[in-house]
Amino acid sequence: MSAVPHDDHHHEQHPYWIKRWLFTTNHKDIGTLYLWFAMIMFFVGGAMAMIIRTELFQPGLQFVDPQFFNSMTTLHALVMIFGVIMPAFTGLANWLVPMMVGAPDMALPRMNNWSFWILPFAFAMLLSTLFMEGGAPAGGWTMYPPLSLQTGAAFPFLIFSIHFLGLASIMGAINVIATILNMRAPGMSLMKMPLFVWTWLITAYLIIAVMPVLAGAVTMMLTDKFFGTSFFNAAGGGDPVLFQHIFWFFGHPEVYILILPSFGVISSIVPTFSRKPLFGYSSMVYATASIAFLSFIVWAHHMFTVGMPLGGLLFFMFATMLIAVPTGVKVFNWVATMWRGSLTFETPMLFAIAFIVLFSIGGFSGLMLAIVPADFQYQDTYFVVAHFHYVLVPGSVFAILAAVYYWLPKWTGHMYNESLGKWHFWLSAIFVNLTFFPMHFVGLAGMPRRIPDYALQFADYKMLISVGAFGFGLAQLLFLYIVVQTIRGGERATSQVWDGARGLEWTLPSPPPYHTFETAPVVK
Amino acid sequence: MARWKFDQAVAWLAAILLPLLSGSAAALPASNMPRGVTEISREVYGLHMLIFWICVAIGVVVFSAMLYSIIRHRRSRGYKAAQFHESTTVEILWTIAPFVILVAMAIPATNTLIAMDDTSDPDMTIKITGYQWKWHYDYLDHKIDFFSTLSTPRSQIFNQEAKGENYLVEVDNEVVVPIDKKIVLLMTSNDVIHSWWVPELAVKRDALPGFINQVWTRIDEPGVYRGQCTELCGRDHGFMPVVVRAVEQAEFDKWVQRQKSGGQGQQVSQAGL
Ligand code: HEM
Ligand SMILES: [Cu+2]
Ligand SMILES: [Cu+2]
Repeated sequence: MSAVPHDDHHHEQHPYWIKRWLFTTNHKDIGTLYLWFAMIMFFVGGAMAMIIRTELFQPGLQFVDPQFFNSMTTLHALVMIFGVIMPAFTGLANWLVPMMVGAPDMALPRMNNWSFWILPFAFAMLLSTLFMEGGAPAGGWTMYPPLSLQTGAAFPFLIFSIHFLGLASIMGAINVIATILNMRAPGMSLMKMPLFVWTWLITAYLIIAVMPVLAGAVTMMLTDKFFGTSFFNAAGGGDPVLFQHIFWFFGHPEVYILILPSFGVISSIVPTFSRKPLFGYSSMVYATASIAFLSFIVWAHHMFTVGMPLGGLLFFMFATMLIAVPTGVKVFNWVATMWRGSLTFETPMLFAIAFIVLFSIGGFSGLMLAIVPADFQYQDTYFVVAHFHYVLVPGSVFAILAAVYYWLPKWTGHMYNESLGKWHFWLSAIFVNLTFFPMHFVGLAGMPRRIPDYALQFADYKMLISVGAFGFGLAQLLFLYIVVQTIRGGERATSQVWDGARGLEWTLPSPPPYHTFETAPVVK
Repeated sequence: MARWKFDQAVAWLAAILLPLLSGSAAALPASNMPRGVTEISREVYGLHMLIFWICVAIGVVVFSAMLYSIIRHRRSRGYKAAQFHESTTVEILWTIAPFVILVAMAIPATNTLIAMDDTSDPDMTIKITGYQWKWHYDYLDHKIDFFSTLSTPRSQIFNQEAKGENYLVEVDNEVVVPIDKKIVLLMTSNDVIHSWWVPELAVKRDALPGFINQVWTRIDEPGVYRGQCTELCGRDHGFMPVVVRAVEQAEFDKWVQRQKSGGQGQQVSQAGL
């Protein structure tokens, strides 16, 4: 393969600030915007988590009103899902997909600009509800009616910000698909694409499939509230459980939207630092596709206690258990890739290894949750909170952190500070377990989720969890520092960066020129 | 680059073992699902422990392989990478093996589920209605009904007074039921969705406005069993506990008599459903 960066000088000039960032259609600039946006929202959502953990530090009501507490859990989830993980992955896709498939830019650059700039407005709207009469939405991120219909002035703003977020992600997804399907370099057949590209292709289809479903559900709720329909109102012939079915038909694929790109990231990093090709490339692709398919037929496992007929329970139990098979294939593949490799443990690899172990723990609790009779006991307790935080924090978030450490030298042309990176890793890994592991115990012992105050038997663990959470939050400030430091300077990175790295992006200089691959490379 | 460092290896071990260790050290506060006081709850507990140990076994195998690799296959020890990849046999094996384990787990789970689903032939029926934020109980066979509300004083909640033993899991009117009787619980709601849960009975079911859900239980030990609402239902979701008092039949009959004569401070509700 050969890269011919086109260095016609006027291409290198980019306009100053406002013009550059506001009007940009460059995939790298937009990638950077997405990543910074995610970083900022990570601290916003993190601050909300700290408020939650402060109130839960001790039994009794100390700091906030229960209603505000509920707003915090609601907004924390919405911010973390739609404001952090999804934009961070889209940022990675913007930076990496063109460079990985040998394209000059994303297929639809103007739409790319738009899909990013919708986000800050959508979130400004969502967060402005904090100052509205009746307070911010407090019905949970799942927005079940009739409770969420009790939201005050914030209600339509919640619905419309969801619409905007959906719009932005659908546009981003269309762009990713168009780029991958149309702009691959000659010779880059589908089965030669890096797994990150594959996982994103599948994620993008999931997004297009389910975001409109969410939009539909919230719109039905909007008309229930303002236009006299009764989709979800039993008194008018509707059914509140219908909302849950529609919501989770979106919601379950959504959780895979939040994890599939991490599978791609980990599948890039593990072979690099093992100096060994991925054990089973094609089985990884098939596993990803089967997970995506299964994700459409398991939604009701989020609502086992809602009172379904036996046949329904059994179907959703079996289908959910099946997901463990392709998930297992992934984990086994990563371990087999490490097996008899020549391992080194730079920060990205550390995060990747922690991902594999801790994500698996989340997968195990997921399997436990799939067993319906046991799920009746777990449902809506801290056990579920532990489960999804294991898959989302040391899962998705660790994968994003690993990706940033891995590709930051490529993006900035500077090496990050390795020993600070290791510090960041160890602090994160220790505190994340301190925070989320004891949640399994309090959940099993009977603590419901989404409560601002709790019985005394949970007090010891709750304090431990809060300490862990504060530690984890603080450790992330170190990450911010490391990133800023790397952007500002540091040891020059070579174009290869990591000796074991393979793929088109590593054939480009670090940092890559503003426009890359104007002449397509040829992949053999 | 990265050198073999003893402290790093120890840290790795700690990162992997810490969760397990803290699991066993957790004999201190309650840290596991209660075994419960019904046949079903013990079956559920058994299922829970079964899947738990299966997961632990799989975890031990996978993570040990990984740990071995991390310790032995380091470049810093001069280990040269093998270049093997793709093996259809291995791939098929690690697809089939988990599948078989899953089937083995699905069978007992299905049996328990079928037993839980059978609400036929009850000895008595109680209708439970969720309200923001209290429960209403209606003994359909005895014509008794009352509200059950949190009895923890506000002063305890707002930290002006020491918290009692049953802080937040105590109510003014307990649900008194006889032991060894098949009791069907009908759940519904007056406003938003609630969920009625008592861990020791392994009963949790959503209370939906406009719909009725059915569950059943047969308690075999007298005692007081505490639980909470488990579906977010607004501001005071954390403050609507469930307290079930299971007693011998004779004592239950006496309680029914007292209720009918309106004694013992148990108020018959205004709702009068
Ligand atoms: C082996 C794979 C997995 C299985 C079998 C599984 C199973 C489940 C089940 C049964 C529940 C419902 C629990 C309940 O409410 O009672 C659940 C909840 C959840 N899972 Fe998973 N899961 C898996 C992987 C994942 C992944 C990869 C993610 C995201 C990255 C994820 C995110 C979530 C979230 C966010 C919830 C809670 C949603 C809410 O109630 O707000 N899960 N999972
Ligand atoms: Cu799910
Ligand atoms: Cu509730």
